[in-house]
Amino acid sequence: MPLKDHPFFGRPLPEVRDANFAGKLFAIEGADGSGRSTQIAQLSQWLEANGFAVRHMGLRRSNLVAEELEDAKQGNVLTHTTLSLFYATDFFDQLVHEIIPALRAGLIVLADRYIYTLMARAIVRGADRDWTRNLYSPALVPDDVFYFRVGAGQLVERNFQKNPTLDYWESGMDLGLSRDMFDSFIKYQRLIATEFQRMAKDHAFTVINANLRVETIQRDLRRQIGRHLGLPEA
Amino acid sequence: MAFLQHNRPVVSLKRNYSGKLIAVEGLDGSGKSTQIYLVKRWLELEGYRVFFTEWNSSILVKKSTTKGKKRQLLTPTTFSLIHATDFADRYERQILPLLRAGYIVLADRYLFTALARDAVRGVDRDWVAELYSYAVHPDITFYFRVPLEISLNRILEGRPTLKYHEAGLDMGWSTDPYESFRIFQGKVHAEYEAMRERFGFTVVDATEEIHIQQAKVRQLIREKIDLPTFRSRPCR
Repeated sequence: MPLKDHPFFGRPLPEVRDANFAGKLFAIEGADGSGRSTQIAQLSQWLEANGFAVRHMGLRRSNLVAEELEDAKQGNVLTHTTLSLFYATDFFDQLVHEIIPALRAGLIVLADRYIYTLMARAIVRGADRDWTRNLYSPALVPDDVFYFRVGAGQLVERNFQKNPTLDYWESGMDLGLSRDMFDSFIKYQRLIATEFQRMAKDHAFTVINANLRVETIQRDLRRQIGRHLGLPEA
Repeated sequence: MAFLQHNRPVVSLKRNYSGKLIAVEGLDGSGKSTQIYLVKRWLELEGYRVFFTEWNSSILVKKSTTKGKKRQLLTPTTFSLIHATDFADRYERQILPLLRAGYIVLADRYLFTALARDAVRGVDRDWVAELYSYAVHPDITFYFRVPLEISLNRILEGRPTLKYHEAGLDMGWSTDPYESFRIFQGKVHAEYEAMRERFGFTVVDATEEIHIQQAKVRQLIREKIDLPTFRSRPCR
């Protein structure tokens, strides 16, 4: 589905009467350690320097369920369908209460991960593809999606630079792919990457080679976003 | 076994189970909870394997639901999703495993409650139906049918304190909780009536005396379910 033919993937949310938004929504997708937060921080600075107001969103940041989702994650007690629905609740709570009002007011919303991560995680865990797509179909289609692609080997290295241990969930340990955490991490990240490649085609993502230097990537992002906002190349 | 749409479970599970699922649906004040409780007592006292589950009772999700309702954070979409989350939690961890273990599972409200309420709140019907598409349909769905006025009187007579969402106050139809509740229940009633045939509800006249209704319900269960096969295995 090409981007922005429709404001929503499916039928619009009952909460939204008018889907004409003054602002723009950009989603940054990619694994932990792919450099999302660094790039988003620099983008925000640049946008603000150019007089654009910026709002951030991400996963597990809703007022409604963020805390409970964190508890559930720690305890690892929820089954997959439940977890998918819980994450969707978190997402739509932010969408309705924060993103849509921000877009209405003409802000630039930078999403540090969007529905694509949630869909990939669910599908890799055996959720039905159509069911998962339906779940997120009332979401807003971003003006652009930047997918940061990094090889699994490089990801391990970057994760170890940040933390002394691999994250349980980012290693997909709940899937039982391997008892060896390193092995599981590599396998899980490859499964996710395969799912993302598939979505990159379906949803016309802009794929960013995140193995490149930070400045090179930032320049590329500014050029692409600048085009949407009518900004001269920085 | 019926699925809501496309015969498609979310997670591919082996769907062969020997248990039976009985659900009750109906308006607030239709008396369905009383009836399912009496069914539960009957089956327990007769020594059958029986399990009872209630709408909106998953412990894991409850904290969020309570907070959302208290602080009025819920919008139609998140209201729908949080109840779907609650249902999924109970379904995957209790209902389905118990059905697989050969239990008679009694559900006080099932997914039809979500279909009715969410549609009333303006959420897209197909979207909601698909959210619940992984769940098996009950072997029997008793619909306790009652004229709107009677159910309203049963609830409102005691001038109870109506909760915000219960009264549908989030929809802004009326600022008076009682008036809002009437409008809300009227719309839910219309949804139930529309679902009645489509989903093959077994209609029970909920204006009759409690024990009369219960006798009919028990008779229907005896006819549809081979009860002796559900007798508890003796403990050694």
